[in-house]
Amino acid sequence: MKYHPRLAPFFIALLTVIVIIINLSTPANLNFNLLNPSTLKPMPVRYSYPGIPFITKLRDLSFRLGLDLQGGSSITLRANMKGIPQSERDSALASVQQVIQNRINFFGVTEPTIQTEKVNNDYRILVEIPGVTDVNQAVSLIGKTAKLTFWEGAGSSLATQSASFATESAMLDYKSGLPIGVTGAVGGNPKETDLNGSDLKQAAVTFDSNSGQPQVQLTFTASGAKKFADITSNNVGKIIAIALDQQVIEAPRVSTPIVGGNAVITGGFTTQQANQLAIQLNAGALPVSLSVLQQQGIGATLGKSSLQASLVAGILGFLVIIIFMIVLYGRLGVIASAALIIYSLIDLSLFRLIPITLTLAGIAGFILSVGIAVDANILIFERMKEEIRRGRTLANAIELGFSRAWPSIRDSNVSSLITSSILFYFGTSIIRGFAVTLALGILVSMFSAIFVTKTFLQVFYKKG
Amino acid sequence: MNIVGKRNWYFVFSLLVIIPGVISLFLWGLNLSIDFTGGSEMTYTYPQKVNEKNVSDIKNSFTNEKIKIISVQESSNQVTVRTPGLSSEQDDALLKALQKSDKGVTQQQFETIGPVVGSEITTNALYAILVAAVLIVLFIAWAFRGVRKPMSSWRFGICAVIALLHDALVVLGIFSLLGHFAGVEVDSLFVTALLTVIGFSVHDTIVVFDRIRENLRRNLTSEFPQVVNDSILQTLVRSLNTSLTAMLVLFTLLIFGGASIRWFIVAMLIGIASGTYSSIFNASQLLVVWQEWVDRKNLRR
Repeated sequence: MKYHPRLAPFFIALLTVIVIIINLSTPANLNFNLLNPSTLKPMPVRYSYPGIPFITKLRDLSFRLGLDLQGGSSITLRANMKGIPQSERDSALASVQQVIQNRINFFGVTEPTIQTEKVNNDYRILVEIPGVTDVNQAVSLIGKTAKLTFWEGAGSSLATQSASFATESAMLDYKSGLPIGVTGAVGGNPKETDLNGSDLKQAAVTFDSNSGQPQVQLTFTASGAKKFADITSNNVGKIIAIALDQQVIEAPRVSTPIVGGNAVITGGFTTQQANQLAIQLNAGALPVSLSVLQQQGIGATLGKSSLQASLVAGILGFLVIIIFMIVLYGRLGVIASAALIIYSLIDLSLFRLIPITLTLAGIAGFILSVGIAVDANILIFERMKEEIRRGRTLANAIELGFSRAWPSIRDSNVSSLITSSILFYFGTSIIRGFAVTLALGILVSMFSAIFVTKTFLQVFYKKG
Repeated sequence: MNIVGKRNWYFVFSLLVIIPGVISLFLWGLNLSIDFTGGSEMTYTYPQKVNEKNVSDIKNSFTNEKIKIISVQESSNQVTVRTPGLSSEQDDALLKALQKSDKGVTQQQFETIGPVVGSEITTNALYAILVAAVLIVLFIAWAFRGVRKPMSSWRFGICAVIALLHDALVVLGIFSLLGHFAGVEVDSLFVTALLTVIGFSVHDTIVVFDRIRENLRRNLTSEFPQVVNDSILQTLVRSLNTSLTAMLVLFTLLIFGGASIRWFIVAMLIGIASGTYSSIFNASQLLVVWQEWVDRKNLRR
């Protein structure tokens, strides 16, 4: 695309409107105290802003806050892979991740993150649960080894299965300590069989040779095959419920007794559903015990006050920069400040759009990047002043100021980008948050310092 | 103004700042947080200001549970206790015991870091700093490859890294002293601060070096020390204005930001002051020293 200098002001105006809309799209609630000028007493200010529902409906653009700003639990678990063959460790880890996912869903948390990590020969699971501040409760819930059980119905199967019945029986299951959904599946009198996860060798997704439909194949151990043969012979035509932890994951109907130790669950799965089921079954077949490597619980009030404090600090820091720039450079400072406001709005919009999880360190990174953006302006202005002192015309000085300051800005920012990518590579999640906001800030600042400031200068000084 | 002429004084000043810190680093090291050593840390919040009785209650209940206390720190209505690694059950038991003597106590934060994770963070931090230093030398050597002979672009890279190490040592040394005398801890956020300082230091040095490169290209007749002196003077206002802006922002963060990033900010403040100093008074001066040493060697031949 050819660069049209005349279009630049319109492009910047359009961009500004877009980033303002993005930043105004989400609702905001402000609560703070102001000093009442007449009575000199603190006066609470409550301001509620509804946001732009049209955009929020399209996509949630609110900031994603890290655990340190909203409170929550962060747990690093180590998966003990002893006794699990090397080749199956990766899939065992995936199973553990799935199991933990299910357990956390039990909390009803909106955005948990569960990542797996392999450090040297250590398999780890990193869990972050926003909102759950009792880390001990969280650890006791998710740190258990997965348990796979098989259930049969001892009484008569219940005929009517309405939706309300399903919820009711699930409640009953929960209250009586049975896996949720077991009564609904096998009927009024569920009984745990002697078959369990250790009898299952492996579960895998296969495809039916006739229909091509995905199905889940179970391979039992020798003793498991015998137990399974007994169970299936006793329950022909009936349903067997398979439960992981405290939740029924599948309830297949037995069509014929299965004696060979190989069973297939069919039932109109999508490939994804079949995969999911195989992973869950494997979690029971390859039980991995978990130990806690690191755990941290951050109180909600601590998070909230940190957020409040860093917001106030951020706004004040911003004001300080603007005042300082105007004191130092007068009219030029006003222009730089305007560019800086646009810069911040772009940066904040990117945080919302990507989205980037904001932590305390991340906010520090953002504020530091504002400092770097200012540095670019200072470099350019000092260079312009110098060129004017050497007797150049204003227009000439503007041009030279930018072109001569550019190598310094470019080289120094590239070196900062190198440091931030190293931080990202080696850092823990806190440090990564810092590195990402800093790197993003540096990239946007190069755009704003060069393109936005220059366009402003050309517009104002050509007319003035 | 002749800045280059007094260069030995600047080196003396740098050494005066660095040597006590280095001695402290050798004698006492850094006061490492559980991020590095592994262990547990819990913060209790009281509804009122913490008093003597609260602290002794805490100490008693920990002793009753046979848990060794590494340190206890109190600030207004909070008490932070550090211990060797605890399990969730032990933590629950402690909180219950504390709530018996004071009902209002709540646990604000509980953190346990296993020794494996701790040592990993240490090695990663060391790696990060080493890799950063090497990459920065390479980058500067590459970015300055067009510099006029007889200067070699490697010299720019190496001098920038010496200035970088200077700043890292200043910050590490001061935090070693702070750790010994004021109990200030070094945590993984500190590593972030250190790396930012390194980035900023190079950022600042490059601006001065860039000017030296430009003046070398334009000014074919001047002596090298004169070129460096001119370049420093031409970039002086910018260097001071930039670090002033950065420091003003950091001061606002220090005053209004959360307590959890306080020492992070202090580390950055020290590092940025040191970074500005070293880019003007160390990195550029070292270029002159190096050039004179090369000239003298050539003369002798």
